[in-house]
Parts: sequence; C-alpha cells; structure tokens
Amino acid sequence: MRITQGCFSFLPDLTDDEISAQLEYCLRNNWAIGVEYTDDPHPRNTYWNMWGNPMFDLKDAKGIMMEIAECKKVNPEAYIRINAFDSTRGWETVRTSFLVNRPKTEPKLEMTRTDVKSRSQAYSWKMAR
Amino acid sequence: MSSIASPPAPITHVNLAEEFQNSGVAEILADLDRELVGLKPVKQRIREIAALLIVERARKSMGLAHDTPTLHMSFTGNPGTGKTTVALKMAGLLHKLGYVRKGHLVSVTRDDLVGQYIGHTAPKTKEVLKRAMGGVLFIDEAYYLYRPDNERDYGQEAIEILLQVMENNRDDLVVILAGYADRMDKFFTSNPGFRSRIAHHITFPDYEDGELLSIARNMLGAQNYTFDDAANTAFAEYIRKRRAQPHFANARSIRNALDRARLRQANRLFETSSGPLDAKALSTISEVDIRASRVFSGGLDDPMGPGRTGGP
Repeated sequence: MRITQGCFSFLPDLTDDEISAQLEYCLRNNWAIGVEYTDDPHPRNTYWNMWGNPMFDLKDAKGIMMEIAECKKVNPEAYIRINAFDSTRGWETVRTSFLVNRPKTEPKLEMTRTDVKSRSQAYSWKMAR
Repeated sequence: MSSIASPPAPITHVNLAEEFQNSGVAEILADLDRELVGLKPVKQRIREIAALLIVERARKSMGLAHDTPTLHMSFTGNPGTGKTTVALKMAGLLHKLGYVRKGHLVSVTRDDLVGQYIGHTAPKTKEVLKRAMGGVLFIDEAYYLYRPDNERDYGQEAIEILLQVMENNRDDLVVILAGYADRMDKFFTSNPGFRSRIAHHITFPDYEDGELLSIARNMLGAQNYTFDDAANTAFAEYIRKRRAQPHFANARSIRNALDRARLRQANRLFETSSGPLDAKALSTISEVDIRASRVFSGGLDDPMGPGRTGGP
C-alpha cells in the first residue's frame, strides 16, 4: 500500500533533481534541514530515527543530497523523509516535510475492529508485512 | 507528455569580448586591479584562468566537446601577501562564470577538519565539505594537515576524504589550499595525490617597499586617516627597516604598524592638545607617531607578534 505522508506524496516519487530543487527552496528560506528514516510508517509513529544532526548552515542542496544518498545506501529499504524547520519567531515549526525514499514493497496497514463497552466499536491500525 | 517545440538552433558564433563583459568577469578583474596593489603574476594567472573558463563556456554553448576543468588551486606565498583576499575574489569570479553555484567562501584550518579522537575526523571533515558545497573551500596553512612525525595523526584521514571529494565532486566545489611556499612544497612532495589534483599553482610574491606604502595609504584612506608629508617619508623608512627584521608579514605587518600609529596619535592628541580639535587634526598621522616606533631605535617592533600591542 502506497503510504501518503507529507508533501508531494500523491505525486509520483520525486527525482533527484526535483528533490534538489525543493531543498534549494528550503535553503533559500533559511530553514534547517533534517534527514530522518524509519521502517515503520504508521501514521501514529512520530519518532523517526535522525540521520545525523539537522543541517543549519548549508548554502547548497548538494550537501544534503550527499547525506540522503548515504542514508539510502545504509537503509535502502527504509522510508526516508526531509524535514525543514523554520526557526523564525512565531513559526518555530517544521514548515515542510516530504518523503525521498520508500521501500520497494511497502507494508500494509491492517484495520482491526474491536467491540468495546455497550455496542460501540474501536478501530485500530497495525502494520502488516 | 511529448514536447513539440523544436530544440533551439545551435549557436554558431560567439563574441568573446561580449561574453567577457556580460558575465561580469570584467568587473571582478577590474576590482582586483583597483583594490589589490602589486601582485602582478597573480593577477596575470587569474586573467588566464578567467580566459580559459570563458572559452570553455563558449565551447560548451556551441556543443563542442568540453570537460569540466579542474579548478582546485594552491596559493603559496609569505604571510600577508593577500592569499585570503584573492581567494574571496576567486569565489566571486567562479560564481560569475557559473563554475560554482553559490560563490561563497568557507575558510578553514586544520582545527576545523581534523578531530580529537578516533571517529571524530570523518564527520568533522564531511561537515565542512557539506558547508562548502556550491562554493569555494579555502584551507589556510594546509600543510598542517599532514604531520609526518606522527603516523597515527588523524590529519591523514582528513586528507583522504578531501582527495576523494576533490575528485568526485569537481562540479560542486573548488578547493584552494594556501600556505607558505617552502612548507607547501614539502606537503605536496609527501602527498603526491594533492599535487596532481591541483591544476593551478599560484605563487604570491612579496610586496615591494613602494607597494607596501601605497597599501598603507589605502588602509588609512579606508579608515579616514591620512599621513602628512613627513609621516609619509618616515613610514617609507619604517617599511625598509621593518623588512630587515624577523617575522615580517608584508601587508599584515603594515596593518599592525598602522594600528599602533593610530594608538600613538590618539595618545599624542590627548597629551598635547588644549582646546577644540578639527577633523583634520583627528585624522592626520604625523611623523612623531611613526618615529616613536621601536623599529627606528633598532629594537623589535611588536616582539610577541600580533595580538599583543607593544609599547612605543
């Protein structure tokens, strides 16, 4: 099942040139860029592993592309995403976040329906491989 | 999605003079001539490099075979001969010509590249390289990277990473190594990989006395100070005497001497003036301010080097 998280996830996967262009846009806005990866794309999983420290003082997207390439090499079957953090007062938040790598076969999310009190039901999702 | 538009017609003629003007390179070279005194061989080399790059670019636009030229350089010369300043100009020049994307200069020394313990060097060097991507990496006193007396020195690791990036990321950054001539020669002999990857070896000559004097006047001019006539003569004499002494660092020595002269001038104004001073008095360095220097009494001016202000 194709995971749709972050920006551009309903589009075809971004090419390297397109990723570079997006990163250039982030750098132009002085956003700090972090690379993160995980094998568990469950929407409730907010804790992705950081690939090194966020990068604060780069001038060119090539530096980040190198990190992405390195991360892909080590974790070819992981989801890798880019977070761009805006430290401007009043924002102080992630301004954009998008996937740059996904595994060849993506895991499925399975829904479970549970009967709880009285006749109400609870739904939960879990990863299935 | 298919594109119907025909590809643009190939360019058949190129006007190099026009290209030279339009790229903004002419401006940078003129700047270089105006702002930097002397350094004739350096300016000549830079002009040659600029010419090569413009021709390369013209060839590319005509679809002739072209290869990204190797642009890594080494700047050798004595202290204070303008290596850093020229590197800064170089970054601007390469940016205007489109050989580096951003045109910023990242200036580092051994401390920024080499780590303290095992496994510390590689991330540190990579961090610097990432920052320098799209610009120029200026490694000052590059020979410190290699310490032949200690075979477990981490500098070697930094050198290996640098060499690899210099080879693989030639489109992304330009590395300029700088240092004193004799030590750089030794460094290149023990690291042949560096020598072969560097296309342009540029030697910065020492300044002549007359050039140093005009540098001094430029520096003062930039700070709204002037020499009076006697001070001018005294300073010319100062330069002659100072050159004969150890630790002479060309323009840097001049800057330090001027800083001390300003100090003495301020002191003199305090002690001698009784009444309002005009702008002229505040901005004129006179003979006594120069002559008070220890250089004239045969002593060492500023014996502890820069950073410590010597007395009169």
